[in-house]
Amino acid sequence: MAQAYSPGLKCTENIILKKDRILPIKGKVKVKKGDKVVASDVVAETLLPGKVIPFNLANKLGIAPNLLEKYLKVKAGDTLEKGQTLAQTNGFFGLFKTEIKSPIDGEIENISKITGQMLLREPRIPIQVKAFIDGIVVEVIEEEGVIIENQSAYIQGIFGIGGETTGEIKMLISSPEEEIKPNQIDESCKDKIVVCGSLVSFDVIKKCQKVGVAGIITGGIDDHDLKKLLGYNIGVAITGHEEIGLSIVVTEGFGKINMSHKGFELLKKFNGHKASIHGITQIRAGVMRPEIIIPIKMTDEAVEKKAEMATLEIGTTIRVIRQPNFGLIGKVTALPEKLTKVESETMVRILEAKLENGETITIPRANVEVIES
Amino acid sequence: MAQKLKRIIATDCGSTTTKSILIEFVDGEYRQTIRGEAPTTVEKPLNDVTRGVVNAVTELEELARLKYGDDSISFIKDENIWLSEKENEGVDAYISTSSAGGGLQMMVTGVVAAMTGESAERAALGAGAIVMDLIASNDKRPNHEKIERIRNLRPDMILMAGGVDGGTTKHVAELAELVGAADPKPRLGSSYKLPVIYAGNNKARDIIKDTLADKTDLIITENLRPVLESENLGPARDKIHDLFMEHVMAQAPGYSKLMSWAKGPKDGKLVNIPIMPTPAAVGNIMQTIAKIEDIEVLGVDIGGATTDVFSVFTKDKIFNRTVSANLGMSYSISNVLATAGLDEILRWVPFDINESELRNMIKNKMIRPTTIPQKLEELILEQAIAKEALKYAFIQHKEFAVGLKGGQVKKDISEAFSTKTSGQSIVNMMTLDLLVGSGGVLSHAPRRNQSMMMVIDSFLPEGITKIAVDSIFMMPQLGVLAEISEKAATEVFEKDCLVHLGTCVAPVGKIKPNKIALSAKIELPNGEIFEENLLAGGLKLIPLGVGEIAKATLKPGKGLDIGAGKNQEIIAELTGGVVGIVLDTRGRRPFTLDRNTENRVQLLKKWMKEMQVYPESTYQM
Repeated sequence: MAQAYSPGLKCTENIILKKDRILPIKGKVKVKKGDKVVASDVVAETLLPGKVIPFNLANKLGIAPNLLEKYLKVKAGDTLEKGQTLAQTNGFFGLFKTEIKSPIDGEIENISKITGQMLLREPRIPIQVKAFIDGIVVEVIEEEGVIIENQSAYIQGIFGIGGETTGEIKMLISSPEEEIKPNQIDESCKDKIVVCGSLVSFDVIKKCQKVGVAGIITGGIDDHDLKKLLGYNIGVAITGHEEIGLSIVVTEGFGKINMSHKGFELLKKFNGHKASIHGITQIRAGVMRPEIIIPIKMTDEAVEKKAEMATLEIGTTIRVIRQPNFGLIGKVTALPEKLTKVESETMVRILEAKLENGETITIPRANVEVIES
Repeated sequence: MAQKLKRIIATDCGSTTTKSILIEFVDGEYRQTIRGEAPTTVEKPLNDVTRGVVNAVTELEELARLKYGDDSISFIKDENIWLSEKENEGVDAYISTSSAGGGLQMMVTGVVAAMTGESAERAALGAGAIVMDLIASNDKRPNHEKIERIRNLRPDMILMAGGVDGGTTKHVAELAELVGAADPKPRLGSSYKLPVIYAGNNKARDIIKDTLADKTDLIITENLRPVLESENLGPARDKIHDLFMEHVMAQAPGYSKLMSWAKGPKDGKLVNIPIMPTPAAVGNIMQTIAKIEDIEVLGVDIGGATTDVFSVFTKDKIFNRTVSANLGMSYSISNVLATAGLDEILRWVPFDINESELRNMIKNKMIRPTTIPQKLEELILEQAIAKEALKYAFIQHKEFAVGLKGGQVKKDISEAFSTKTSGQSIVNMMTLDLLVGSGGVLSHAPRRNQSMMMVIDSFLPEGITKIAVDSIFMMPQLGVLAEISEKAATEVFEKDCLVHLGTCVAPVGKIKPNKIALSAKIELPNGEIFEENLLAGGLKLIPLGVGEIAKATLKPGKGLDIGAGKNQEIIAELTGGVVGIVLDTRGRRPFTLDRNTENRVQLLKKWMKEMQVYPESTYQM
């Protein structure tokens, strides 16, 4: 049968969404099953062990490590205050004493007679995990975190930068092809998630940073601008840790590419609604893509859609995801089974499609994605 | 025992795909007859690696039934792989490798980075690990930074080396204290202690026990650098493999079951065959081939995220493996651009391209890694990027594959006045016999001539070198097969795994323009004789089929060397392949490309045309 699997990015108006909110190490869960939470609520917290500071006490006292014990004023496990005496030599007739004081508040982890090294540990560092989305706690994983569920409009991006943030959606465009100018970003964009069109330029991003925009959603971004913005080239596709004051979700790819019609319409519909977004991207086993989550009212109708495989069939709407015709949309008209030689002489399975502009094309199946209807 | 093995199934569980092959004993020899694949199922929602294995083996079963027209063929019984000692029932052995879930990730420590640190790194890499970091007493980072680093890495295990036997214990003790202070947690869960292998100074064992025995799962083995002049990597590597099985694999979903399936006959009994980390298995087959055929081998596997280089050099068959963690063709493609720079990539491209367009193309490949270059231009660009990725991975390999540093070099009388020091690269392209490429961009290039060109341009083989590609990347499975039958592994390697491309002949030395670089007389098996004086700066392709041999008399140009010394003539047998013999007089040490764009493009087109790398239309671009 002329059918094949081709993954596409999710873009849907109504989905039951579950989010794991888990601590990096064990700690305390602050909410219980059934609790309603908002994105900014702390759902779990823990204390990370403090930094360890090695401190060569024997060297500082000018003695051999095996003699250290004689001069110690503290022992392993003791709590310390900054300035507290750690060790002291007797000196000559009570003179020329050497006294070593603690450089930090904290505790003593270990004292070594072999190396003369004392390991000091700084106080513990509190870390918190927030809900990130408005929703209901449906599961508590003891000492680790929670799973939060809500009903949302949901769009997956292809690439992003910056971590989790929330804000109101603000449409700055009236069509997916539009490209906005820096002067369109003003004070009204502060703390908002602004939707730009087919390309966001370096100057626009700079202006967004200046007015305090929370996030940007765009069809495309120029790699050159991205490098300028970050100050370095992104080498491997692991992002989300960038600290640039805002998060960017790119829905289509690099270069000027029109935002998909469906994504644009969805964002337009939810203009003014609160959304949670992040730019975290990881492209290898355990793929992670940026997300735009717009919580909507819980209804009885919403049922969790089972993950279905998007299939290619005659009539399926597809989008081209590589040159030539990158970004264009069409409908599949034929799915020949045989391997076919394309311009680069690569033997591939192809499909034929009629583009929205009327042109008929032949294209490797690997170079399209299915647009779910 | 080898004769009793009639049907073997081997799988390689990768991060995304589980590949299966069927090896059968047909007409007196072992052949790989059928292959299948299925998505790996180690992650959600299935969380059980054996599901993917069963799917991939089911595909083998179905294809075998079709091929032999026999519906009774069955490899699966009760959802397990069916091992049977009876004729025509199930299979005789099942073996597997695995790199799913990110493979084996290790951290190593040593006292001096360039000595015990490097030895520890070599042991870990040889065992198939990715070395996340090397912490050494002399690595210039302050101790608190080292502790932070150890704590943040979360490796699968740590290998600690340091000190020669009987030497000073202070530095090793200090390293143990740092590891203890960091109290590192294993990557795959906090329910077990992190395995730490100590393979350093034997005098420090008690100190290490005192410091680490409570906090970690400490295993002590022989010193991997007992004296500065020699390494003893075997025991540490074996311990890494044991721990990989017992700890790391046991944590991954479904692996306990998979481990119980992997069995084969050894010394007359059906015994468990350990699952190997994929790169360790590739290293195994390369070493087996080098040993059996008494040759020097260099292999490369260029993937989406990483590029592995393996080599076996010197008469002692010293094995080295390096992983260039961030050089690859999809996930890491952007890093190739960052490493090599735009100019280095564009020097292989015979047309103009706008910088911004190229940058966006590379990034789009990174975020949509499964797409295929449809346009010829994009194929040429991807292959240009591949050349640079391979070049840099090879540079890293040469820097790592060195003689031991720190020991005394024994010099004979002829070397008394030479400046030879310890720590020189043992990679010698002139003595290299076989270069094997694998990975999508090399194995699946639309024309084999493109693979040949990529390998030659990036590795710059010297003298006479055979070149091949791994047809479907079955080296991992053959590596683990070699554990139960070297004969089966080497036969399949030679007959089904390798696609012989041909032989490259390249004189070494500074070439002079318009001077003769090589005088070649080649007697082809059909009686034809190719006889020509080749000028510097050219490439010549002479077709010679797979399995064919040509007798060649090769005389290098003035001041050049083809393997027997400067100006020395060589008589040699050249092996054919799907591409043929390539006479490369473009120069080695140095190999340079014209800085002038117009001249360079003209030359590139001339070479590409001669090598029939791309369709004719390319040369009108």
